[in-house]
Amino acid sequence: MMPVELLVIGGGPAGLCAAIQAAEMGSRVMIVDRNNALGGQLVKQTHMFFGSEKQYASKRGFDIAKLLLDKIANLSNIEVLEATTVLGVYEDGVVTLEKNGSYLKVKPKAMVVATGASEKALAFPNNDLPGIYGAGAVQTLMNEYGVKPGNSVLMVGAGNIGLIVSYQLMQAGVKVEAIVEGGPQIGGYLVHASKVRRMGVPIYTQHTVKAAYGKEVLEGVTLCRLDDQWQQIPGTEFDVKADVVCISVGLTPLSELLWQAGCQMKYVNSLGGFVPYRDDNLQTSVKGIFVAGDVSGVEEASSAMVEGYLAGLSAASYLGYKIYNMNELKSDLLLQLDSLRHGPVGDRIRKGIAELRIINEAAASKEA
Amino acid sequence: MRIEEHPILSFKRGKAVKFHYNDEEVLAFEGETIAAALHAAGIKTLSHSHEKNRPRGLYCAIGNCSSCIMEVNGEPNVRICVEMVHEGMVVKTQKGKGDIL
Amino acid sequence: MLAVTGIPTAEDVEKAFPSEERLAQGPVVVVECYQSIPCNPCYTACRTGAIKEFEDINDLPTVDHSLCNGCTLCVSNCPGLSIMVVDMTYTEEEALLKIPYEFLPLPEAGQMVKGLDRAGQEICDVKVVRVVNSKALDKTPVISIAVKKDFVKLVRNIRMEG
Repeated sequence: MMPVELLVIGGGPAGLCAAIQAAEMGSRVMIVDRNNALGGQLVKQTHMFFGSEKQYASKRGFDIAKLLLDKIANLSNIEVLEATTVLGVYEDGVVTLEKNGSYLKVKPKAMVVATGASEKALAFPNNDLPGIYGAGAVQTLMNEYGVKPGNSVLMVGAGNIGLIVSYQLMQAGVKVEAIVEGGPQIGGYLVHASKVRRMGVPIYTQHTVKAAYGKEVLEGVTLCRLDDQWQQIPGTEFDVKADVVCISVGLTPLSELLWQAGCQMKYVNSLGGFVPYRDDNLQTSVKGIFVAGDVSGVEEASSAMVEGYLAGLSAASYLGYKIYNMNELKSDLLLQLDSLRHGPVGDRIRKGIAELRIINEAAASKEA
Repeated sequence: MRIEEHPILSFKRGKAVKFHYNDEEVLAFEGETIAAALHAAGIKTLSHSHEKNRPRGLYCAIGNCSSCIMEVNGEPNVRICVEMVHEGMVVKTQKGKGDIL
Repeated sequence: MLAVTGIPTAEDVEKAFPSEERLAQGPVVVVECYQSIPCNPCYTACRTGAIKEFEDINDLPTVDHSLCNGCTLCVSNCPGLSIMVVDMTYTEEEALLKIPYEFLPLPEAGQMVKGLDRAGQEICDVKVVRVVNSKALDKTPVISIAVKKDFVKLVRNIRMEG
């Protein structure tokens, strides 16, 4: 059994920031990530981030990853376990890991769960044909390995990911035939929509994929219009030839470990699925287990980073570490989160999180 | 199907290696996954479903969905989207559910 | 309409443009940020005080065009690529547009390319006057194109081929 002070599960934007903050306050931190390298989805983001300077606005995602990884490398109290998968969190606080076929057990005094989210799928006939990929898969192939996912792409979903990946596909020299969105309006930032629109890519709102077709691989799709009740309108079908359909219809939190740990969970649609109750310090209903990033509710990476810093600060403080300006730091982080969620786009997030708040200590009393 | 020029990114590819895919030899670069290398070679169909024999390709490319499983060096059910290529490795289309022993 | 199509309407564009008087005085910024999102790098990039400090990071940018000298610092810093600089004093017949362009191949100075509108439709031929791709721009090159003045509120992008 390996004694561990603070275990951070997941090395994406939230986990990295949590580890940095906790280590800067003096905790000994172990970060585990199942991938071969840290950085999570940040390393695949080629666009400039929004937000303010504090969330690295106007820097590109992969450059932000480099910046955070540099900090990690310079903090000698952070131990990094890459290619390591967390298998389970047990009632007695033991966490089991798999690394290169070997089985490890650790017992952390506190934990930040920052496991992120996975992509939702969309049901339509033949949606299992090779060539129909999640948007994250397309980003991985294209921006991590420099491999084109295909020659012509139909994008499904006009949220930020759908719009951004469409733009990235064009930067990689791949034709984007169209973007299809079921809702009556574009869900992502309109500046992203305008970027792809002025490259000549049509955006079809209130449309969906009626069916995909192809023998061994995808050859094309039939689209059709939706009415105000999201029902397909017969007679409105038309064909789009494409060798890739990219599915970008939202993310859902990867919250299995929180369930195992016994955290109190709730289904909140606007946050992507089941998410944990948490207090202002991002501590869940299980003492010593903190959350940050998409696992606590699907949002932008900017908020994930701020949540990471806050969870790291809270976890270190829970472990008894202090710094002179801790209260200022904390109120600044809370203020940053507040302002990122303050506008009309953040409205849904704000309301969702309000449903999950643990207000007093009594509610958070379940022992780890 | 590889991106040679990119306005934002530069791809530093590792040493060129070769591996076996069924009866073919596929060129790849160290540091990339089997899925990326096969895709770059135009191979999108990775297996067929057990019951209805429907073609299967990758879906998530980050080890979540298991849509991309193949037999690698004799071991079945390997998620090739998170398995790195190595010189001389043998990758086969998996038939059935695979035997562990 | 913008929220459905991704294309700003003529009225949207009209509102983003400075006054005729200001346009007549030389290069000036056009900020096409039509939606409240949490973002403020245009303010932090601005050295002349033309883009005002944000009270709330979700506010739309407030621009005092009289303070702007058309320096383009904000153009490559805007994560939404929603800013360009327009100079109506370039020549008698032509205006100069400075737009961000993140695609390869980059055009070269002197080259004729297609001018596209906000829906990606070809509007007219435009001449590339200058391409700036310095390290400070961090991979968001700024392309200067000479556009017939009649088309200055229509052209917002370029296409290389054809």
